[in-house]
Amino acid sequence: MHSSNATIDAPVMSMHDPKGGLVVALNATLKRDLTLMLRRRGEVLNPLVFFALVITLFPIGISPDPELLAAIAPGLLWVAALLAALLSLDSLFRSDYEDGSLEQLLLAPQPLAALGLAKVAVHWLLTGLPLALMAPVLGIMLSLPAGSYAVLALSLAVGTASLSLIGAIGAALTVGLARGGVLLSLLVLPLYIPILIFGAGAVQAAIMGDGVMAHLAILGALLAVALMLAPWAIAASLRISING
Amino acid sequence: MSLCLQARQLACERDDRWLFEGLDLDIHSGEIVRIEGPNGSGKTTLLKILSGQLSDYHGELYWGGAPMHEVREHFLANLLYLGHAPGVKAGLTPLENLAWYQALSGEQGSESAREEALAHVGLSGFEDVPAGQLSAGQQRRIALARLTLTQRALWVLDEPFTAIDRHGVGALEAQLVAHANAGGCVLVTTHHELTASPVLRRVQLG
Repeated sequence: MHSSNATIDAPVMSMHDPKGGLVVALNATLKRDLTLMLRRRGEVLNPLVFFALVITLFPIGISPDPELLAAIAPGLLWVAALLAALLSLDSLFRSDYEDGSLEQLLLAPQPLAALGLAKVAVHWLLTGLPLALMAPVLGIMLSLPAGSYAVLALSLAVGTASLSLIGAIGAALTVGLARGGVLLSLLVLPLYIPILIFGAGAVQAAIMGDGVMAHLAILGALLAVALMLAPWAIAASLRISING
Repeated sequence: MSLCLQARQLACERDDRWLFEGLDLDIHSGEIVRIEGPNGSGKTTLLKILSGQLSDYHGELYWGGAPMHEVREHFLANLLYLGHAPGVKAGLTPLENLAWYQALSGEQGSESAREEALAHVGLSGFEDVPAGQLSAGQQRRIALARLTLTQRALWVLDEPFTAIDRHGVGALEAQLVAHANAGGCVLVTTHHELTASPVLRRVQLG
């Protein structure tokens, strides 16, 4: 414990070099966030219920005509899923901010970008992925033509991952504000538009019988860019928020 | 590298008002430094600056003689900061809370060590109760268990005695003194009178 040159009067506490252990920290953060979210099931179900409700209302509000619904179904499903994902973003860092865990996260001797990415991964796993799996079921309600269901689920799974990553930047920037929800939407929605265009485009192309690979490839490319840049932006945004 | 946190000409402005200016501070191994001042005098802000959380200040910080931005990782690996909010997740049990904090510093830790740390702060029997069901003082004690669990040289504690009962206050004070005597150092704000600390140094703000 004491270093060799310490005298009896003034012992010197040994200091640690940074240990690394990023994998341990990442695993623990994933596990912690998953546990927390699964204990607050209501919060996990909220976006899914919102998604289902919105899609249920369209046939009632517009027309039950299958042809009309089928024409607008890709866009409707994508817009509703996007808004559902957006709805759940505000709480991504908020509870951590309020109970002081966030400042502890910032003081961890680990790269903040990686820890932030772990939190985003949990968000996608419990929001984006369930939305993507649920979409085909809701597609039936909108008489979405058969053959496009797999593309719908896949485009949403890839697309919502980008949505979570980009949205987390906005959530990190607005976490210090008392009512950041509206600002968050304004910040993030413009960045969501390319994903919406190519996501809905992929489903549309599947219905038309065109090639879907181009759309999916662009969605994948957007995800790759988001994966590369968003973690750093999230980390920087969290630092700014804590500074305020 | 020796345990030494230095601040030179530290100044911080909030809302067109200088909280403090030209503050020089040397904190060495074996010291307990208490930041004093009335409410709103910038105690928490100073602690946040000294623990490397705020970048919005004037002046220089040195850790072990080297500028802070060069040795930030080493500094963080030796810092234990307990803020105003205890940083305890209401949805997790005390054991789960501690497990996450241990993992953040890169160690798996053992369940028995965590149980021991909880027993040390008087929470045996509450290991598996969600922290949200515990009292404010008990939640604070979960955070304080990290002092026992994680070996860090520099403790920065913002109002650690909040919501702690009289017996707990005595035990915590003894723990601070023991840490300083073992060669660590403690930086603390509190309105509580520290009586058991022979090596107490005071820094007056405001």
